[in-house]
Amino acid sequence: MDSGWRLFLRTIVARAYPRVIGQQRQKSWIFFETFLPFLAVAGYVYVYRAMEASPDFIGFAVMGGAMTAFWLNVIWSMSAQMYWEKDNGNLALYIMAPNSMMAILLGMALGGMFATALRAAVILVFGIWVFQVQFTVSSYIQLFAVFLLTMSALYGMGMLFASLFLLYGRNVWQVNAVMQEPIYLLSGFYFPVKNFGMAVSLVASIIPMTLGMDAMRQLVFSNGPAIGFLPVRTEIFALVSLSVLFVTAAKYWLDKVERLAVQEGTLTDRRR
Amino acid sequence: MMKAFRRTFIPAAWLGWQVESNWTHPLVFFLFSAIKPISGVMILVFMFRAVSHVSVSSPLYAYIYVGNALYIYVASTVAGASYSILDDRERYRSLKYLYIAPVSIPVYMFGRAVARFLTASLAVAITLAAGCLLFRLPIHPLQVNWLMFLAALVLGLLCLAAIGIILGAWTLTIRSEPHFLGEAVAAAMYLFSGAIFPITLLPTYLQPIGYLMPMTYWLELMRRALLGSGMTAFPTLLAYSNGDLFVILALLTGGFGVVAFAAFRFFDRVARDRGMIDAQSNF
Repeated sequence: MDSGWRLFLRTIVARAYPRVIGQQRQKSWIFFETFLPFLAVAGYVYVYRAMEASPDFIGFAVMGGAMTAFWLNVIWSMSAQMYWEKDNGNLALYIMAPNSMMAILLGMALGGMFATALRAAVILVFGIWVFQVQFTVSSYIQLFAVFLLTMSALYGMGMLFASLFLLYGRNVWQVNAVMQEPIYLLSGFYFPVKNFGMAVSLVASIIPMTLGMDAMRQLVFSNGPAIGFLPVRTEIFALVSLSVLFVTAAKYWLDKVERLAVQEGTLTDRRR
Repeated sequence: MMKAFRRTFIPAAWLGWQVESNWTHPLVFFLFSAIKPISGVMILVFMFRAVSHVSVSSPLYAYIYVGNALYIYVASTVAGASYSILDDRERYRSLKYLYIAPVSIPVYMFGRAVARFLTASLAVAITLAAGCLLFRLPIHPLQVNWLMFLAALVLGLLCLAAIGIILGAWTLTIRSEPHFLGEAVAAAMYLFSGAIFPITLLPTYLQPIGYLMPMTYWLELMRRALLGSGMTAFPTLLAYSNGDLFVILALLTGGFGVVAFAAFRFFDRVARDRGMIDAQSNF
């Protein structure tokens, strides 16, 4: 039987597999998860058009709409996932199995990230095509680095929430629902976060999307640097720190949750 | 009729209210009810601020703010209809018991819709109050046409409930991704009914969709009642008097009511035939 790192890696692949393959088997998911965010994007684009805003703002709305796919994936398919697993009866099996819970969450994150990247790309390409968005990329290397770091920090946050959400009952629905619009607002999905002023923007920076989107805007739009909150290099450093912080915190809480599951024996109880 | 009302509508509305609100302390529920809609509307407020040449005294600001606030009713009632059916069928697994109980299922759905309408009313009231107090929304309570506001609100409730019953009944027959149905319709209404921008901004070939939607006329009536002369800046439905808009909305509501009745009978039969009343899709 596999053990150690080999088991860890095989668990990651095994948990990522349904995330990637699942959407191939149910193509209507892809349609709805690209079509619905695209309608929201279109709404915001027309609001900017009603205000006669500069074309860059149309680009902000399209980019924000594409990035919502990742945030929705993190809150519904990462944070709430353990809760769903408990509801379906899988959580007890996860905890009994000899593999690491951390590997299960990493697999969920990597699979979800890959599947969501495809959806986000569709929204982005469709948005660029329909609304004629112009990008002026100043550094592809920095852009790639910012995107990867944003994803690492974001899915690290999702892993942390996945263990914390287990402690919630049916109010997980409400918590998730309240983490949509308020986060779209705080992270500046559809407008530059700089508009909040320094204090609020700093608080909002605990959400990796805030700094990630601000840095990406600075790197891909012609007037990006003028509307940026912090220099891109500072934001890259902050994203590295957030990635380490969230993954470490996720590990700590997962260990705690596993201990609780063994000690109390009630964690996998569906009535909770 | 009264017996069905007493036996089904009131318990359904009460149950709906409990499902929506009793998961936490009333104060936390109030905060949760306020945070989401206020955040939604603040996104638009900050979009306004980001585009520096547009002032909040522009009629467009009030148009967008009020439209977004009132759209909470549409999202809650229309998207919520599918979720109510899914909650009852798959989460709480109580739909099969409701079907064998001596209650009227369409009246039950209407009761649940009214409960969602009430919780949405709380969110709308908070959002509009915040607009007046914090975001310089030009609504003056003494200048609001309250009679027109209430008449349009009731007509809108009936229309939304009818659309909710159609979607709820349709959801009964869907096995794959049933929750997307309500969300897709609500999202389409957001885009095409002029909730946050005048529908004349849409490409010409898409504008007829907006004119076919009852919410377009409902939002116009509600805005006229709340904003009064501020609405004259938008020519989309300026040619229609308030009376014209009420007649169109009443006709569309009646039409949707008839379709809701027929749709329920049809989808209910299909759901029974396919064994969907107690199906589990693990959505």
